[in-house]
Amino acid sequence: MEASEAKSKKQGASRLCCLCNQRRPVLKRPKTLQQICKDCFYEVFEEEIHQVIVKNGLFKAGERVAIGASGGKDSTVLAYVLSELNRRHSYGLDLFLLSIDEGITGYRDDSLETVKRNELQYGLPLQILSYKDLYGWTMDDIVKMIGLKNNCTFCGVFRRQALDRGAALLKVDKLVTGHNADDIAETVLLNILRGDIARLSRCTSITTGEDGPIPRCKPFKYTYEKEIVIYPFITESFSSIVLFLHTYAYFKKLDYFSTECIYSPNAYRGFAREFIKDLERLRPRAILDIIKSGEDFRIATTTKMPEQGTCERCGYISSQKWCKACVLLDGLNRGLPKMGIGRARGGVNGDHKKETKKPASAARSLESKQCGSLDF
Amino acid sequence: MACNSSGCESGGCYGREKDNGRKAVDVKETVTLCVKCKCNEPMTFGDGGSDDGRFCAECFRSNVYGKFRLAVTSHAMITPSDNVLVAFSGGSSSRVALQFVHELQVKALKNYEASRDRSLPVFGVGVAFVDESAAYPALYGGVSDAIAWVRSTVLSLSPPGKDLHVVPIESVFGSDSVEARDRLVKLLDSVSDETGKEDLLLHLKMLSLQKVASENGYNRLVVGSCTSRLASHVLTATVKGRGYSLSADIQHVDARWKVPIVLPLRDCVWQEITRLCHLDGLKTVELARHPQSGINDLVSSFVALLQEENPSRECTIVRTAAKLTPFYFNKIPETDDSCVPMATQRRLKKFNLKYDGSMTTEAFCPICNCPLNGSDSSEDESDALYAASCSSCRFQILPQDGSSLEQFGSLLPHHMISQVKHHQKVDSQTYLREKIKDCLLLDDEEAV
Repeated sequence: MEASEAKSKKQGASRLCCLCNQRRPVLKRPKTLQQICKDCFYEVFEEEIHQVIVKNGLFKAGERVAIGASGGKDSTVLAYVLSELNRRHSYGLDLFLLSIDEGITGYRDDSLETVKRNELQYGLPLQILSYKDLYGWTMDDIVKMIGLKNNCTFCGVFRRQALDRGAALLKVDKLVTGHNADDIAETVLLNILRGDIARLSRCTSITTGEDGPIPRCKPFKYTYEKEIVIYPFITESFSSIVLFLHTYAYFKKLDYFSTECIYSPNAYRGFAREFIKDLERLRPRAILDIIKSGEDFRIATTTKMPEQGTCERCGYISSQKWCKACVLLDGLNRGLPKMGIGRARGGVNGDHKKETKKPASAARSLESKQCGSLDF
Repeated sequence: MACNSSGCESGGCYGREKDNGRKAVDVKETVTLCVKCKCNEPMTFGDGGSDDGRFCAECFRSNVYGKFRLAVTSHAMITPSDNVLVAFSGGSSSRVALQFVHELQVKALKNYEASRDRSLPVFGVGVAFVDESAAYPALYGGVSDAIAWVRSTVLSLSPPGKDLHVVPIESVFGSDSVEARDRLVKLLDSVSDETGKEDLLLHLKMLSLQKVASENGYNRLVVGSCTSRLASHVLTATVKGRGYSLSADIQHVDARWKVPIVLPLRDCVWQEITRLCHLDGLKTVELARHPQSGINDLVSSFVALLQEENPSRECTIVRTAAKLTPFYFNKIPETDDSCVPMATQRRLKKFNLKYDGSMTTEAFCPICNCPLNGSDSSEDESDALYAASCSSCRFQILPQDGSSLEQFGSLLPHHMISQVKHHQKVDSQTYLREKIKDCLLLDDEEAV
C-alpha cells in the first residue's frame, strides 16, 4: 500500500513542484534532485543560507561586514543574497564590498567592472585595493620579472594580506567570502592529497581567524556551486548586473564557472575539480559528505599551526621575523625575486589561491595607515 | 652503504641477476649498479616506475620483505603462539602476503629445529578463499578452476603444511546453502545503489572470513591490502562521509573484530607487489570480476590518474590519513604482556605510537561495523536498524521506506541483527564500566 502511495507521489512530482505541490516544476534541484518550481527554489536557497547564518551565529547585530567581491558568480550572488537577507531578517549589518585588483590584464579588469555595477545596484560601498597600491607591483610586473614559475607564490601571499588590509581600512568586524560547498570539498581533498593535516583540520570550519582582529566566514559553506549558477539565471528580480554577467558570460564565451587565472593553468587542482564534478553527477550528496568527513576527521587537538607573532616590518600576522609578503617584496625590490621562494616550496606560501584559510587577520597598526603610504 | 645481506654476492640471486641484468646493460651500453649494494646489476621492469632500474633483484626483494617484517614485528601481528589465517583472493597483494607469511613461518620452523630447548613454538598458518559466486553468478564457471588453482598453490607452500578453507560468501546466512544463497541474492537485490551493493558485499566477505577464522581457532586474520588499495579507501571513505571512522580502517591492526585483522603489506605499493610477483614468478588468478561501478570505480581511476602525475601520491594520501587519531582497537589487545615480544614493545615506544585510549565510541554500525560518531545519530528512531546504522549505510545500503526496511532487516545475517538489539544495552554498560574502571580488578590482573 505504501509503495503505491509512494508511486502516486512520484507521479505527482513529475507534474507539480514537490515542495509546494502547486506550481509546475522548472528545475531539478542539484543538491537533492527534487523537481521544484522557481519560487520554491528561491525560498529553499535563501532559507538554507539564512539557517546556516543563524545556526552558526555568523553575525551579530550592528556589525560592519565586508564581502570579498571578485566579480565572479559566487561573490555576486553572495552580495545580493546577503543584502536581501539582511533586509528581510533585520540582521542589522552594515555591508561593504571589497575587491582586490591583482593587476592581471584580461583576468580581473572585466570582473571589476561587475563589482562596480554591484556597488551602484545594491548601494553597497565598494573599496578596490590594488596590488599596485599596496605593494607597488602589479602581478603583470611580477610575472615580467620572475616568469611563470613561482608567480602564484606572490599572488597568493599578497592576496591573503590584501583582503585583510582592505578590511582593516574599511574598519569592518568581519569578512565574508563566497567559497561554496564545492570549493570546500575540493580543499578537503587537496589537503588529503597533499598531506596537510593542520589545514585539513581547519578547512571545513565556517569561521576562521576568530582569534585575530578580523574573522572570516563562508555563508555558502553548504551551498552548491550549481545552485549559485542557477540562482541568478532564473531570477527576474535579480539585478541587471547579473543579466549582464550572464549575457556577458554566454555571448563572450567567457567561462566564469572556472575563474582560472591566466597565469596558472593548475593541472593538479583541475583534477580535483573534475573529480568532484564527476562525483556530483553520480551522487549529488557526495559534496556534503566530503564536508561532513572533513568535519568529522579525528585530528588530535595538538596538531597546530606554528605559533603566531607579528611581522617586524609591517605588523601583519607572521610566524617568522618578517611576514612572507615582506620577504617576497624585499626580494622583488632588491632585484632578487627568488628570495623567500626556496623554503616555501610545497609549504605555507607555495599554495594557490584558495588555500587562504590561514587564520586571517590584519594588523591593528595598519588601520591608521593610508594604503598608498604603506612603507615596504 | 653496502648491502648487508650476503645474498647479493653469493647464492642463486647472482646468477639470476646476471641473466636479467645483461639485457639492460646491452641497451644502455653503460655499466650501472644497484644503488643499494653497488655490486649487482639493477633490474629493469619496464613498467614506467620512477625507481625502475635502480635496485638489483635481491635488494628490491629484501626491501619489500623488510617493510612486511617491520610491520609484523613492530605491531605484534604474528607471535610464536599465534594461529594466523591468510585471506587469499588469488590477486597479487594477497599472493605476496601469503608468500611472505610462508617465508616467515619457514624461518620460524628453522629456528625452532635449531634451538636446543625448543621454547618458541612455530605459529600456525591457514589460508581462506572466499567463494563469491553466489553474489556474481557470472563467476560461477571460473570459480571451480580458481579453487583448484588455490589448492595447488597452497599445497606448494609446504612444509609447513597449511589448511585451506574455501568459504562460500553465503555461509554467513547459515549452513543450509540453498536457503543462504537465496537470502543473499534477495538481500543484494534490495539495495538499489550500486556502490552500496559493492560495499555491502565487502562487509559480508569480511563477516564470512571472521566466521571461518573464529570457527577454526585462528587468532589473526592477515589481509593483503597494500598502500594503493588503502589510498583508494581513504578517498572513498571521505567521499561517502565516513571521515570519523576512516582512521580505524587504515591502521596496521584492526581489533574491533572478534579475530583481529592485520595488514602487513600496508606500507607496500601496488607497483612493488606486481614487480615482486613478476620477479619471483608468483602466479595470480584474476577472476573475471563484476566490474566496479559507481563511486568506488570513480575513485580508483582518480587515484590512478594522480599516481601517474606523481608516483608518491598514494603514499602521501595514506600518510595523511595515518595522521588521524586511531581508535583504541587499532592495536593487538594486550591480554598478557609477556605475549608481546620485547622487540615489539621497544618499537612501539620508538615509533611513539599513540592510541586514543578512551573508549568513547563503543557503538558500531551494525552493517559496516564502523565506529559511530555523534553526528551519525538520527532523529528518526522508528526503526532500530535505521537508528543504529551510520549515515553512510543509511544512505547507500538501507532501503528508504519503512516496509522494505523491515524486510531488509529480516534478510541480514543473524550476527548483524543481534548487534542492533544489543546496541543500546552495550552502550550504556560500557559507559558505566568506563566510569568505574579504576576500581575494577580485571581477571588477568589478578593472575599476575
